[in-house]
Amino acid sequence: MSRSYLPHWMHWLGSPPNFYRFAGTLRPWLMAVALVSAAAGLYGGLVLAPPDYQQGDAYRIIFIHVPSAWMSLFIYATMAVAGLIALVWRVKLAEVIAMECAPTGAAFTLITLLTGSLWGKPMWGTWWTWDARLTSELVLFFLYLGVIGLYNAFEDRRRGARAASLLALVGSVNLPIIHYSVQWWNTLHQGTTVDFLDPARSSIAPAMLWPLLVMALATHLYFFASLLGRTRTGLLSLESGKQWVRALVDGQPAQTTGAPT
Amino acid sequence: MVTAIQPIADSTHATEAMRSPSTLRACAALLRRDFVLAWRRRGELFLPLLYAVIVTALFPFALGPDPELLARIAGGALLVIVVLAMLPALEAMFRADLEDGTLEQWLLAPQPLALLALTRVIAHWLTTVLPLIVVMPLLGALLNLPVKLLPVLIAALLLATPLLVLLGSVLSALTAGARRSGILLALMLLPLAVPVVIFAAGAIAAAQSGMPYLAPLTWLAAALVLAIVLAPLACAAALRIAVET
Repeated sequence: MSRSYLPHWMHWLGSPPNFYRFAGTLRPWLMAVALVSAAAGLYGGLVLAPPDYQQGDAYRIIFIHVPSAWMSLFIYATMAVAGLIALVWRVKLAEVIAMECAPTGAAFTLITLLTGSLWGKPMWGTWWTWDARLTSELVLFFLYLGVIGLYNAFEDRRRGARAASLLALVGSVNLPIIHYSVQWWNTLHQGTTVDFLDPARSSIAPAMLWPLLVMALATHLYFFASLLGRTRTGLLSLESGKQWVRALVDGQPAQTTGAPT
Repeated sequence: MVTAIQPIADSTHATEAMRSPSTLRACAALLRRDFVLAWRRRGELFLPLLYAVIVTALFPFALGPDPELLARIAGGALLVIVVLAMLPALEAMFRADLEDGTLEQWLLAPQPLALLALTRVIAHWLTTVLPLIVVMPLLGALLNLPVKLLPVLIAALLLATPLLVLLGSVLSALTAGARRSGILLALMLLPLAVPVVIFAAGAIAAAQSGMPYLAPLTWLAAALVLAIVLAPLACAAALRIAVET
């Protein structure tokens, strides 16, 4: 093997049959921890946390809304990184991962828009306003739809994946605009209340903060679990003619292609 | 033997010289070819103009002919009309070249693909978008656009439309190899066009309320400079994806 900057286990994992089995082992554990932490976070957020001094109980929607909003950006970044890997190194696995990110990311973006709208009606008196952050989140939703649409417009799936990966990369210029929209434009949406880089600037009570963080952990784990599952399915359909998939369908024991070191 | 080799050596020399003309000459030839092709089908060049006039004429019917209302919305409406009128031509930017094999020659040519793509963008802007900006005074008159706004609108368009064509060239190259791309291109362009439209509309709105409008225009100019550098590279990468099988 030629000199490589990647450790050997990454090469091993990059092979579709190996990733298929690895993801199959890891996924149930991730999903279980995600469900447990989601239950804990929801209990902490909906039952244990005190009502807000201004918004009463209505603020509790943040335990869904804020983690979803974080995920909408995080998944886009994941998709762009996987897309970059797919374009530069032509890794088949990275193409599948990038494309399987998009529907989950679009779903979280839609949840963010819908919960924000539900919260906005009683608080701001309107379902929708053309505020900087709302608009940029809507634009993010369209970006996801564009990536999904472009991927599906190609006859050849690998070409479609590369084209959509390039679109994802070009669209990533919007991420900083969304993230800083509450700082750059002084509009209706409230500013940052949780600051990870500088905790002293966070203006949220600890009893509200920990359920929020647990929910963030739960959504991240759920995303990874669902991504692993989606990637498994994507690999199966992309490689449907290959021997390892036939062996799998026939119920034969899978062939191992070198152990991880 | 020597006499047999000599002409061969000469001819390879000659083809070598013919195959790699200077990059500037290659781009000039490409520009000339695009102009000739556009001129041969000059009837098609009027279609975006006609489209823009028709859509502009719909506004007074939909909103009522109140001159003050029209004057208030004219700037933004004309901006949107131009973006819409640009869309159909953007979609076809590379399609014919992909179908007849020209793009493969582009990839084989010794000139950098990004520069050839930039040349196509320039030709496209000059032939399909510039006429739209030229008729702006007429469209402005239809919507009762305040005369003092016209220079600002045209300046915003002169900066915003090349930016949109540059972004659109990437998307057009991406969809060139796809089965269908009509509404898909609009869906993909919208997220990238939103910042451009916001700044262009910001300049018009500032001028309308008598405030300084130079800042949004300089933002557009900065974005345009950035796009001139980056978009052709992304467009070249997209063309490579479109051509490879």
